[in-house]
Amino acid sequence: MNAAPEPIIELAGVTKRYGIGTPVETEVLHGIDLTLRRGEFAALIGPSGSGKSTLLNIIGLLERMTGGDYRLQGRPVKELADAELTSRRGDTLGFVFQFHHLLPAFSAVENVMLPALVKHGRFTEPDRARAMTLLDRVGLKDAADKKPAQLSGGMQQRVAIARALARGCPLVLADEPTGNLDTHSSDAVFSLMRDFNQEESVAFLIVTHDPRLAARCDRVVELVDGRIRSA
Amino acid sequence: MGPGFAWTVAVRFLREGRIQSLLIIVGVAAGVGVVTYISALIEGLQGNTLRRTLGTQPHVVVKPFEEIPRPSLRAGTDTLARQVQPRAQRTRSIDNWQALMAEMRATPNIVAVTPVASGAALAIRGEASRSVALIGIELEGYDRIVALKEKIVEGAARVTPGEALIGVQLAQDLGVGVGERVVIRTGGTSDAADTFKVAGIFDLGSRDLNRRYVYIPLKSAQPLLGIPGGATNLYAAVADMFEADVTAARLKARTGAEVESWMDTNAQLLSALNAQTISTRLIRLFTAVVVMLGIASVLVVSVVQKRKEIGILRAMGATRAQMTQVFLTQGAIVGLVGSVLGVLLAAAMLWVFTNFARGQDGLPLFVVGLPLDLAVTVACVATLCGILAAAAPARRAAQLDPAEAIRL
Ligand SMILES: Nc1ncnc2c1ncn2[C@@H]1O[C@H](COP(=O)(O)OP(=O)(O)OP(=O)(O)O)[C@@H](O)[C@H]1O
Ligand SMILES: [Mg+2]
Repeated sequence: MNAAPEPIIELAGVTKRYGIGTPVETEVLHGIDLTLRRGEFAALIGPSGSGKSTLLNIIGLLERMTGGDYRLQGRPVKELADAELTSRRGDTLGFVFQFHHLLPAFSAVENVMLPALVKHGRFTEPDRARAMTLLDRVGLKDAADKKPAQLSGGMQQRVAIARALARGCPLVLADEPTGNLDTHSSDAVFSLMRDFNQEESVAFLIVTHDPRLAARCDRVVELVDGRIRSA
Repeated sequence: MGPGFAWTVAVRFLREGRIQSLLIIVGVAAGVGVVTYISALIEGLQGNTLRRTLGTQPHVVVKPFEEIPRPSLRAGTDTLARQVQPRAQRTRSIDNWQALMAEMRATPNIVAVTPVASGAALAIRGEASRSVALIGIELEGYDRIVALKEKIVEGAARVTPGEALIGVQLAQDLGVGVGERVVIRTGGTSDAADTFKVAGIFDLGSRDLNRRYVYIPLKSAQPLLGIPGGATNLYAAVADMFEADVTAARLKARTGAEVESWMDTNAQLLSALNAQTISTRLIRLFTAVVVMLGIASVLVVSVVQKRKEIGILRAMGATRAQMTQVFLTQGAIVGLVGSVLGVLLAAAMLWVFTNFARGQDGLPLFVVGLPLDLAVTVACVATLCGILAAAAPARRAAQLDPAEAIRL
């Protein structure tokens, strides 16, 4: 029997409350247990307001959990200070969002190099080479020097995927990456993520409302009212 | 993580916000330009005024005690005159002035001392006569305190015995030129006269002084004024002009002599200069505040506009410190670029001022340059102000919750 790939994230009993100490205090996540291993390709589905984005943000170290335990690559993150969270985030996690969030002041290739700029303080040649390779793989080599405003929604989202992969992170978190795209573009974007997953065994956790896309994932995690419904 | 991140992103953000960035840089340039222009102008004008005033005056003067008239009747016998008229001062020498001079030389801040014997006299040439102020000097020593040699416009800067230096106006009034003779006569008890050859003619920059001053050797003036071997004044120059009053007071306390500084004799001028200086400072302060508010408000708006971008940068691993640096750098760039443009603007305005504000004689009224140290100081202060103004927006950017920013 093959040993399972090592886990990237391990959540145990993770809870999240908003408005703590106010009359509107609400618990959004009620004890989430979730493990994601290297190379997994998982969909996170659930009705609107069920807590998908909240969970993704906690996994992405963008938000702190209220209770429970979360290990990222085997190391607990609960006690970490903001600066350490930030550096672990940069090293381990790539993000793709519904509204892609490219920086309009930078060209496509510079957007892909941004994570490297954050780390190295300048645009280096190896960074540029890698960025160009990634852009080539998402089919946008010719658009490298265009500003985001000159690209279509689907193209921008492909740039965002290239950017999420720029630092070679083992896990990409995608919050409704195709939510804003037509069927054709969303298929293209989804296939791209699938390719990267299979060729470089990058793990993906993809929030989607599209059952068609969810069905194409290896694993589906369903969130209902802040709890994971076991499939 | 190098400083390159903050720089790169700051420059891109500024370039992206074209009009916004342009307007605020122009605003900074205008503010800096006005402040620099006014500072240079006031500094230049004050310098001119001081040079003119002190070009013909010593910084510190020791005088003989005034003869203070006293009522000759004791209190109680109220029959006679209570009003006492100040007595006309006769020309008197300072007691033991050589010792006093040595004392002055040993006083801190004093860099040069020279004796002077001066009094009223008549300058006569043929039928014409004019009342003048006769000043007996030792030219070398005197020149170190009141630059006289450089003001000679005709003849030589020289007062050997039997020679005199007179002003351009007096030369005109008396119709006398270099090499010709004038008779100097002192009136009163010491009625005496002597003939002098005009060695040189000076222009002190004031018609009145050019008409009244006659310089002759100290040794010749003493007998004419009836104070053989005496000196009516000791002139001193100080290193720090604005410490002259303190130096005078110290000297007075130590020696008991009658000491005056240029600051006493020019109290009005001094308070006018002070008022100017205070006004300039206020203008500087208010301009700095306005400029900083401008920078701060533009950057606050920019932080709000760029919430998502800040969020995404944070998601990619940018630290709070890096986000702070991005906005501080923007403030610094705006301050620096604005102040460089502002200094150029001020230089242009000063050029216009010196070239078009001309007196009746067609010469520039004032020559006011832009001192390099002023330009550098202004640029540094403006850059600092930019960074300071960016502090609050930068804090906001750093404190921004990335999750919330991205959700929007
Ligand atoms: N900052 C917050 N303060 C208070 N409540 C919040 C906050 N963020 C999210 N919530 C609440 O938490 C719940 C879960 O929100 P979340 O955005 O995670 O849902 P979601 O599953 O992503 O929904 P959708 O499919 O619409 O994106 C919602 O009821 C939402 O109102
Ligand atoms: Mg959501």
